[in-house]
Amino acid sequence: MTATSTTTVAPSEPVIRAPRSGPAARWLAVLRTPVGASAGLLLAAVLIMAVLAPILWTDDATKIDTSAIGQGSSSAHWVGTDALGRDLFFRVLVATRLSIGLALLATLIAVGAGLILGTLPALVGRRLGRLVTALVNIAVAFPGLLLALFFAVIFGIGAKGAVLAIGFAGAPAFARLAQTLVAGVSERDYIAAARVAGVGRFRIVLRHVLPNIAEPLVVNATIGAGGALLGFAGLSFLGLGVQAPSYDWGRLLGEGLNGIYVHPAAALAPGVAVVIAGLAFNLFGEAVAKGLGQSVVVGHLPPLPRRRPARADGTEQAAQAASDSDTVLDVRDLTVTFPGPAGPVRPVRGVTLSIRRGEAVGVVGESGSGKSLTALALAQLIEEPGRVEAARLDFLGTDLTAGARAHRHLLGTKFAMVFQDPMTSFNPSRRIGGQLAELVREHGGLSRAEARTRAVDRLRAVRVPAPERRARQYPHEFSGGMRQRAMIALGMMGAPALIVADEPTTALDVTVQRQVLRLLDSIRTADDVAILLISHDVAVVGQVCERVLVMYAGRIVEDLPSAELLTGALHPYTRALVAAVPDMRTDLHQPLAVIPGRPVSPAEQPRGCAFAPRCPLATDKCEQEDPALVAHGPGHFVACWHAHG
Amino acid sequence: MAELRFEDVTVRFGSGRRALTAVDGVQLTVPSGGVVGLVGESGSGKSTLARAAVGLTPLAGGRILLDGVPVRPSAGRRPMQMVFQDPYSSLDPRMRIGDSVAEALPRRGPEAVTGSARRAEVARLLELVDIDPARAGHYPAQLSGGQRQRVALARALAGRPDVIIADEITSGLDVSIQGTVLNLVRDLQRQLGMSLLFISHNLAVVRYVASSIAVMYLGRIVEHGPTDQVLNDPQHPYTRDLLAAVPDTGGAGMLDEPHPDPRVRAVADAEPADPHAPPPGCRYHPRCPIGPLVLADREICRITEPSTDHRHHAACHFATAKDTAEIGSTS
Repeated sequence: MTATSTTTVAPSEPVIRAPRSGPAARWLAVLRTPVGASAGLLLAAVLIMAVLAPILWTDDATKIDTSAIGQGSSSAHWVGTDALGRDLFFRVLVATRLSIGLALLATLIAVGAGLILGTLPALVGRRLGRLVTALVNIAVAFPGLLLALFFAVIFGIGAKGAVLAIGFAGAPAFARLAQTLVAGVSERDYIAAARVAGVGRFRIVLRHVLPNIAEPLVVNATIGAGGALLGFAGLSFLGLGVQAPSYDWGRLLGEGLNGIYVHPAAALAPGVAVVIAGLAFNLFGEAVAKGLGQSVVVGHLPPLPRRRPARADGTEQAAQAASDSDTVLDVRDLTVTFPGPAGPVRPVRGVTLSIRRGEAVGVVGESGSGKSLTALALAQLIEEPGRVEAARLDFLGTDLTAGARAHRHLLGTKFAMVFQDPMTSFNPSRRIGGQLAELVREHGGLSRAEARTRAVDRLRAVRVPAPERRARQYPHEFSGGMRQRAMIALGMMGAPALIVADEPTTALDVTVQRQVLRLLDSIRTADDVAILLISHDVAVVGQVCERVLVMYAGRIVEDLPSAELLTGALHPYTRALVAAVPDMRTDLHQPLAVIPGRPVSPAEQPRGCAFAPRCPLATDKCEQEDPALVAHGPGHFVACWHAHG
Repeated sequence: MAELRFEDVTVRFGSGRRALTAVDGVQLTVPSGGVVGLVGESGSGKSTLARAAVGLTPLAGGRILLDGVPVRPSAGRRPMQMVFQDPYSSLDPRMRIGDSVAEALPRRGPEAVTGSARRAEVARLLELVDIDPARAGHYPAQLSGGQRQRVALARALAGRPDVIIADEITSGLDVSIQGTVLNLVRDLQRQLGMSLLFISHNLAVVRYVASSIAVMYLGRIVEHGPTDQVLNDPQHPYTRDLLAAVPDTGGAGMLDEPHPDPRVRAVADAEPADPHAPPPGCRYHPRCPIGPLVLADREICRITEPSTDHRHHAACHFATAKDTAEIGSTS
C-alpha cells in the first residue's frame, strides 16, 4: 500500500490551472499575429536606428564637402548632398534620434497632462470635477494642429517650444480618453469596496484606477506617438520646430523641397523616413489594440474534422418515425465542440433526450454544465467556430442535422426559444408589435393588418394588460416580466410544438417568476405544446416539469420523474444538488449541505466519471471508466456505477 | 458590536420630474449582535439602503445611527463594512487578494495594524474564511466565485467592523457553492458576534441566516418582525405573496390552479409598480389580492397610506392590530 495512491485532499479546493492569461502573455500573443510581428519589427528597427545612427554616422553627416554641393543621387551619395555638400542619406539616418526623441517627449507630455486632467474629476469634488470635464470637452473640440500652432507662438520658436506645443495640443484627447476610462472603472464594485474600507481618493486612483486603465492608455499613446511625429515634422517643415544647426526630418524635408524638381531624392528620403516611423508606431498600436481587445485564443484554431454525422440507416429511421409520431424532439448523442487553446473542448458530450407532445421536461445543472449550449444546439444557434454533431436530431420528424438554413420555416414557426435576458432578444429600436408581426409576415404570409391583429391577440394570450397599447410600445417600456411575456408571445406567433426556455426567470423576482412559469404551464396544457425548461434552480424545475434531466460536465447523469427528485434520486450529484438548495423547511440547526470541490472545466474532462473527484461514493472504477446512462426503473435513467434503485 | 438604526431614512436620485425616491422614510433597527434579513423585489430599494448605510449614497433625509451616534463618512476606521453581490466585480482584478485584504486593515488609530503584523493579520483573516493563506499572492482570476466571495468577506472583516452589510452575497453563486458561503457567514456572525444586515431576494436563504426579517416594497418597509413569526403568520399581503412564490422542492403550490375569481387573477398578473410614479395610498394596492381591485369596499387603500401600527409593524390597513396579536395567535 503506497500512500501515493489517489489520496485526494477532499475539502481543499484545487487551484485553477488556467493557462496564464496575464498581461505579459497577452502582449506576447499580439506579437505572434502577422501584423503585430511586422509592426513590432519595424518599430524595433526605428528605435535601434534612433539609438545607433548618431553614434555611427555623425561624422559622415556633418562633413562639409565643397566639391560636391547640391548633387543628386550617385553611388558616392545615395540620396545626394545638400547646399554644403553634406551627405543627405546619413543626415536622414542621424536625424532619426532627434525626430523620434522629440516625438516621444511630446507624447509623454500629452499623456502626462492628459492623465492629470483625466483623473482630476475623480480626485476633486463633484462640482470642481464637472468644471474640469467641461474645460476638457471644450479643448477637445479645438483642432489639434491649430492648438499646436497657437502654443508654438506662445512658447517661442524652437525645439522646446514645439515639444511643448505638440504635447499640450495632444493632451485634451488623452484627458478625454482617461476620463472615460476612469468613469468606467469607478463604477466597479471594487472601487466602492475600497471607499467603504476607508481608502482615500488619491490612493484609490493610484492603486485601483490607474492599473486598470493602463492598457488602453498605452495603446493609444503608441498611436499618439505616430501622430506627434507627423505633427513635429509639420512644425519643423514650417520652420517653427527644430532650428539650425540641429536637424530633424521635418527640416530636411523643408530644405529638400526647394530643389524637388532637380533632386527629388533629397525631399523624398526624409518623407519616406517619416512615413516608415509613423507607420511603425500606428501599426503597432493598432495591432496591440486589436490583440488586447479580443480573446487571444481566436488566433489559432485547430481545424476539426468535418464529417457527416453517422446516421442510423433509413429503415430503422422510418420505423422509429412511424412508432413515435407523438415525439416532438428526438436527439441522440448530441455533442457541441469548440476549438480551444489546447485542442478541441467539448462542453456537451453525448446528450440523448426525447420530448413528447405536451410534455414539460426540465434540464438542471450548474454554470458550465452545458445546459444552455444544449438548448442553443437544439435551436441550431451555435455559431462558428462551434460545431454541433448528433447521431440523430429530429424535430417533428424532420432531420435537422443538415443545418438550420434548410429548415428556417419549420424552426421559425414550430420552435420557440425564450432566453434569460429578454432585453437583448428584442431590437430596442422597434416596437414590440412590429417585431411580433414580422415573424408571421415572414413565415405565414399574412398581410400587415392580419399580422398586427395576431400580434395583439398573442400579447393578450400571454396576459399582457392593454395589448393594443403595449404593442405600440418599445422594449424598454416593458418591465422585465412583461418583456419575458412578450418573448413568449413572439414564440407563440406561429403554432409552436416546442418552447425551449433557457433560464427564463433567472433575472426576474420571485413573484414575477411565478407569473411567467404559470403562463408557460397554461400554454402547455391549452395548446399541447412541449416545453424544455432549462434552469439552475432544481426547485423551479421540480415544480414545473414532469421529468427532469440532470446535467453535469456536459452529460446527462440522471433522467428521472420530478416526483422522485426529493426521495428517489439515485445519482450522488442529483442528491447533493437537491440537498444543497435551502428551502422553507431546511433545518436551521444544521449547516447547509454543500458539494465539496468545484465543477470540472470543459477543457479538463477526466477519463472516468466527471463527478468522481467530488463524489463520496467514488472508487477506482469511477476514475477509470465513464458510466453510461442506463435504466433503473420505469422512466428513470442514471449514469453512475454506484446507483442502486 | 453595535446597534445600527435607520431613522426615517430617505434617498432620492435625480431631480424634477425624473426624480426617484428609492428609499422613503425607512425605520429599521439591526440590534447589537443580531441578524436582520431584508427581502424585497428588485427596485424595492434594499441595495440603495445598504449603500446609504456605508456612505456610498448620500441621504436626502433622516439619520443613520450606530449605537446612537450618527454615522459620518470619514477616512480612518469604518465601523460598517459591506460585502457586494458580484464577487467578479468587487475584487480588483489587478491586485493580489492578500493586498486587497491588507488595504482594508486599519492604518491609524488604536487598532492600527502596521509593519510585519499586517501580513500575519491577512493570513489570519484568510484562514478565518477558509482560504489557504499561502494563496495571498494569487489574483482574483485564479479563484472560483465562491472563493472570491470569501475573500471579499475577509476584506470586510479586516476593517474590524461592528456591523456588516451583506448585499445579495450568494445570488451570483452556484447552488453547490452558495452553501459554503452561507455556512461561513452564519458561523462567523455567531463567533464574532457582529451585527449583520443580510439582504437577499431569496426568502429561504434569509430564513436560514436571519433572526428577524424586514420586507421592503417600493422604498418602504412594509413588515418587520422575528423570522419565524413573519414567515408563519405574515401580516402584509405582499409578504404572503412572496412566501407563496418561493419554489419548494417536492412541495406543490407554486403552479396551483389559478384562483376562480377573475379579479384575483388579474391582480396576480399585475405588473410591478413604477418606482418613478408610486401609486397613491397604499403602494401595494394595484397588486393586492385583498385590496380595492378585488374587494369593492376597500377604497381606503387607494386614498390613505396605512400606518405601521400593526402586528410586525405591517403597513396594511387590514393587518391584525398590535394589541390583539397575542390573543389572536393563540386562538
